[in-house]
Amino acid sequence: MSKSDAMIEFRDVHKYYGDYHALRGITATIRPGEFFSLLGPSGCGKTTLLRTIAGFEDISSGAVLVDGRDMAGVPANKRPTNMVFQSYAIFPHLSVEENVGFGLRRDPRSKEEKARAVGEALEMVGLKGYGKRAAHALSGGQRQRVALARALILKPKVLLLDEPLSALDKKMREQMQMELIKLQRQVGITFILVTHDQEEALVMSDRIAVMFEGEIAQLADPETLYRRPNSRKVADFIGTMNFLPAKVLEEGPEAVEIEAAGFGRIHVEASQVMGKTTPEGATVGFRPETLTILYDGNAATDRESMGTIDEVVYFGDMTYYDVRIDGTDAPVRISMRNVFGRPVLDIGARARVGWSPGALVLFR
Amino acid sequence: MASNGGTGGGSGRSEAASGLLLISPPLVYAVLLLAAPLFMVVVYSLSLEGGGFGLANYVTVWTDRINRLLMLRSLTVSLSVTLVTVVLAYPVAYFVSFHVKPEKKALWLFLITIPFWTSYLIRVFLWKVILGYNGVINSGLMELGIISEPLQAINYNVQALVITLAHAYAPFAILPIFVALEKIDRSFLEAGRDLGESQFMTFLRVTLPLSMPGVIAAVLIVFIPTVGDYVTPDLIGGGKLPMIANRIEGTMLKQNNRELGSAIAVSAMMVVAAVSVIFLLVNRRFLRGTK
Repeated sequence: MSKSDAMIEFRDVHKYYGDYHALRGITATIRPGEFFSLLGPSGCGKTTLLRTIAGFEDISSGAVLVDGRDMAGVPANKRPTNMVFQSYAIFPHLSVEENVGFGLRRDPRSKEEKARAVGEALEMVGLKGYGKRAAHALSGGQRQRVALARALILKPKVLLLDEPLSALDKKMREQMQMELIKLQRQVGITFILVTHDQEEALVMSDRIAVMFEGEIAQLADPETLYRRPNSRKVADFIGTMNFLPAKVLEEGPEAVEIEAAGFGRIHVEASQVMGKTTPEGATVGFRPETLTILYDGNAATDRESMGTIDEVVYFGDMTYYDVRIDGTDAPVRISMRNVFGRPVLDIGARARVGWSPGALVLFR
Repeated sequence: MASNGGTGGGSGRSEAASGLLLISPPLVYAVLLLAAPLFMVVVYSLSLEGGGFGLANYVTVWTDRINRLLMLRSLTVSLSVTLVTVVLAYPVAYFVSFHVKPEKKALWLFLITIPFWTSYLIRVFLWKVILGYNGVINSGLMELGIISEPLQAINYNVQALVITLAHAYAPFAILPIFVALEKIDRSFLEAGRDLGESQFMTFLRVTLPLSMPGVIAAVLIVFIPTVGDYVTPDLIGGGKLPMIANRIEGTMLKQNNRELGSAIAVSAMMVVAAVSVIFLLVNRRFLRGTK
């Protein structure tokens, strides 16, 4: 792989803590200028993997390359990466500007130039004029901005973000997500974000690696992950998905004919089939928004089924219905955008459910 | 804090009252056994021989060359002890905090306090045996033919005093420094490394300043009691190296001059307080803003 299309390269990275196998053969490439996320539940190894890039964790075998250079034996302070810590790690004994300028000690520039660089970095993160403040007097959001400025002022090739938004409240988190995206576009540096929040990963990333138990389960852009999750596990972790058992009737090289209770016979294109063919049964997956409740006067969709409403969850802009399709055991979740003048249905009401075979995925 | 106090004055007052009740036994104890005697000493120091009150005793204390000399020796000894103790305690505390496995730390702290299992007098005598004219070190070195006559540098002098006291106070210095080091979030050290500093520079720029509250506590804990130490100069110095406390004892008991003895005691206290306050002021930037 040439230098220009891989900023980070993991080559069969393994990490053991004693007997515990924390990273199980990670092989992946992160492109320059990309906003990349490592997503997974706690304990899946995402933070460990991030720390192998920073140089805080040794790897047991394999290789980690940054900009084409093998990082084996390179200490953390000599790596072209900087990190925003989960706790932000803002030095409490230093002022804001001393924190931001911490890494400039050996910078050959004059004192005045360094002070200007610190001022610019603070302005970039929206903290102009905060330089003289004591670090311990800052709010969580401000600490995070200081941590960002402190890392970005060193112009790293890669910025590592270890769950930087998890300590903020929802509103602040959403605001910082937008700011981080803008900042990343502005500086053009590769950002690698560790998060357990699938929504955060979908909103912010160019590409996402979903990790389970020390392995990358799927690496793709957000839309592919959402529409074409390659396993039930990934589908379940990212958003909500309805799973229905299905029976394979006919199997061809380009399509599969299946039958799912309540939905009848379905023709599934090969591109919608995830996983290798196994003789056991298959599972059909539907996102809640690919199913629609049809009101009177709605044009008929590709396919229709009848069902009874089991549960209604009202969200303001959306309503979630759990609908039990006739002939099935478990209800499916359907999300509907609320439209003015269209009533929210009641529990127990009968409903026509419209769906399209093109919107489903088949897990083998 | 202020907002907590504002939740109704009545409940706040009764809370304060029950708090006062809770601390009253030690409070009474402290007033009777600490504040009252201290007050008596101050009163004595201001009483004049012919009745009435005045500063004459203090004038006598400070015009006496011997008092000034002994005060200076006390300060020299205790400052040296403080320096030696804290400089030697820091690496021990650092080692236990950073390099000992968490489950073994309690054991290490326990081992550090083992010297306290022996009486202080016995420990002082042991040092006398080790450092004395015919002590372990001198006879050992002579046996080996390294020296031909006993070293004068280690017995009955200030060095011997400093060695003995530094050993005695080591745990007092290790523990506060250890606590300060334990409180440092390890991500600060990773941040230091991440921002391009070597391990040593990270220590200087992050670990050391963040552990300063512990160092300051250690300095005060060692400095304040050693100035007034009374047993060690008597035993190690063999009566030839009195410090200010020995002078106070001599004046108060042997010469039965309570007024002058009290004046020396209060003067020594003032000097210790002044040195401590100056030290705290110099280091106040390390104490502000600690979480």
